[in-house]
Amino acid sequence: MRRRQFLVLSAASVGGVLVYSLDRKVSRVSAQDKPAAQQLIKIPLKFLTESEALIVAAAVSRIFPSDESGPGAHEAGVAVFIDRQLAGPWGRDRHRYTHAPFEENAPEEFGYQGAAMPQQIYRQGIKELAGFDKLAPTEQDAKLKQIESGVFFNLLRRNTIEGMFCDPQHGGNVDMVGWQLIGFPGPRMTNFAQVDQYHGEAFRPKPVSLKDVADHPNRPSEDEA
Amino acid sequence: MKTLPKTDAVIIGGGWTGLLMAKELAARTPISVVVLERGAPRHKEDYAGGMDELDYNVRFRLMQDYSLQTVTLRYTTKDRAIPIRQLGSFMPGQGTGGAGEHWGAVFPRYVPDVFQLLTSTTQKYGAKKLPEDHSVVDWGITWDEIEPYYARADKLVGSSGKAGNIRGKIIEGGNIFEGARSEEYPTPPTKTPYFGSLFHDAAKSLGYHPYPNPAATLSTAYTNPDGISRQGCFYCGFCDRFGCMVGAKAQPTNTLLPIVEKQKSVTLRNGCWVRRIVYAKANGGRARGVSYIDANGEETFQPADLVILGSWTLNNTRLLLLSGIGQPYDPATGKGVVGRNLTHQISFSPAQAFFDKPLNRFMGAAPAGMRMSDFDGDTFDHSNLPFLRGGTFAGIGTGFQPIIGFGAVPSSVKARWGAEWKKAAVYWYDRVGTVNFAGEHIAYKDHYMDLDPSYKDHLGDPLIRLTIDWKDNERKIVEFAIAKSVELARATGAKEVVPAPPYGHYDTRRYQSTHVQGGTIMGSSPEHSVVNTYGQHWQASNLFVMGASMFANNGSANPTPTVLAFTYRTADALIDRYLKHPGRLT
Repeated sequence: MRRRQFLVLSAASVGGVLVYSLDRKVSRVSAQDKPAAQQLIKIPLKFLTESEALIVAAAVSRIFPSDESGPGAHEAGVAVFIDRQLAGPWGRDRHRYTHAPFEENAPEEFGYQGAAMPQQIYRQGIKELAGFDKLAPTEQDAKLKQIESGVFFNLLRRNTIEGMFCDPQHGGNVDMVGWQLIGFPGPRMTNFAQVDQYHGEAFRPKPVSLKDVADHPNRPSEDEA
Repeated sequence: MKTLPKTDAVIIGGGWTGLLMAKELAARTPISVVVLERGAPRHKEDYAGGMDELDYNVRFRLMQDYSLQTVTLRYTTKDRAIPIRQLGSFMPGQGTGGAGEHWGAVFPRYVPDVFQLLTSTTQKYGAKKLPEDHSVVDWGITWDEIEPYYARADKLVGSSGKAGNIRGKIIEGGNIFEGARSEEYPTPPTKTPYFGSLFHDAAKSLGYHPYPNPAATLSTAYTNPDGISRQGCFYCGFCDRFGCMVGAKAQPTNTLLPIVEKQKSVTLRNGCWVRRIVYAKANGGRARGVSYIDANGEETFQPADLVILGSWTLNNTRLLLLSGIGQPYDPATGKGVVGRNLTHQISFSPAQAFFDKPLNRFMGAAPAGMRMSDFDGDTFDHSNLPFLRGGTFAGIGTGFQPIIGFGAVPSSVKARWGAEWKKAAVYWYDRVGTVNFAGEHIAYKDHYMDLDPSYKDHLGDPLIRLTIDWKDNERKIVEFAIAKSVELARATGAKEVVPAPPYGHYDTRRYQSTHVQGGTIMGSSPEHSVVNTYGQHWQASNLFVMGASMFANNGSANPTPTVLAFTYRTADALIDRYLKHPGRLT
């Protein structure tokens, strides 16, 4: 069994995070919570090692930065989301057709034809970004520019958007920061009275997540076998 | 192999066609029916906690598991086919209800001349108008023959909409180009989300004839002739690729399963993976039953007097080929029939419209909005156009979701990541609408299906191989659709309009639609078709095929209403005629 790995962050640096302990209990640490804000949060990792997680966290923060236009991948917990996805069936290609031969030179219209599963693409891609988290932001951007047409970067970009805007039960979009950023209200049960109103005006109900509206939220795909 | 006691009828597939047939047989005959569904059991209650975009819209929880079985694809007979390794351009379902659980529930009929496409085209324009390599045929049936069955399908799902032609009387505000309907829609149109209203006004201002998009999502509470009651839509926006949490969207699990499950004469078996229809060639050919791997992994033979195949378009063709039933189609000689006339559907968003105001696009339903048929089929003259046929334009408020929807930016923004892109994508997220287009894909001689020579499924059976691409006619329809959509998008008052790129080769990555047709096509003679217009196999008269695999060509519109109509027609012929006098119906 591999040694337990943790992503260590200061609570003050994030808007608030859901921390999943290894027995799957969820506890929330809020940045507004003064004593907690000063402590370090240790988030247990399921697939990535700590040094890998720091590189992923740094890279997704350049793809979706936290800046004056609003919170980004850091506050949304995108790196934690990605770690859980990689450990789950998606990371292992559970539902992809993986019979050989692999026609890696197929026209791009045929989609990803490689043999490597997301876990391997990440592991290899991170290796090529060794030391990335120690670089200055401009150097980080230059490094990402070099790989932006590759399979790893495109996966990372896609997963960043997923982690920004997924239901918080997947470990991303913490406190619905992604939804608040774009005005998406989450799984609201009804818009019957509003759907043909508000022409040209923003209608922005307070976001709700699946656990707020459903008695029995579906089991997240990353927890399936 | 385990052999089970004989059943009167075995149905392959527990989706729209299989469960509709099971319901009709159970309600109207005493015969015993076994339905074999390879996916998991599902019930309408399963969706209450499923409003999760990642798991359903992005990770495709309701779709076919491609790790077990996919398809291979190539553009021409000279190419080597490549497996589609992840879900992309179409999304077959898996589990009770099939693709009917996750569909968008857009419910339009075909234009009437689709059923006689060869005759109507050559009469109007001469044979030279058709591309040299076309494989366009007539279906052997007319609009008047199928219309009553469309009406029954409308009542089954309680379709919402506004008629534009009732028995020849043209009604403004409905689709004035549609074939004559016997009746108005069972329920009024759905509400119109804001972008749908903008599209409606734009189309009107250009002199076109927009109408409410026909929907199998209820606008209001409705009880169908079977006594099934469902409530109206809440416009939560979780439709396409989801199961409906309130049952407003018609799905086999909320429309058919509650009846089928109560019938003692029907047994629905999940987890049963059918490998072969067991067929005896002697005495003109006869299906003896089906062999499958059951939920415990045991090889099983289910003998039956009647075999009814409703396993979705591509798998219907594959099962006939694997079972050695009928002559496989050969594009080199034009001989054989099984696998011919494979078509898909042109389906894309030809223009993005960027506004200086929010659209509140999270509110809506997959079919809720406005559509126009001014350029569908042959409603406009093609004499001086470089293509045949056309399609429909729509402005829909689908209930836009953020993972799939995030990232649209005007042309001035070149970045795909980083601060500049993020700022723009956040700003434009709720200020962009798309004009959608659905168009015809005609049949060609070299677009067909056969068994792949190298790639296999998890049981070692060959995958189905698709030879298909876009050709000149589709690319020109697409060019036309882009030009018209830009005109429509500009008329909505958008600040910037960004046209989509033209079609190149068929792209397996980009979702097109799940509207794949052909392979076991109907017709009026065994030389050119696999089944007659009742779906009865020309060789094995106790074998019936259901679904869009029967369709000789794509009709621009979404196929489910036509699929349900033909299933009703097959059920009537089986029950009223075949069961009384088993034998050939034509």
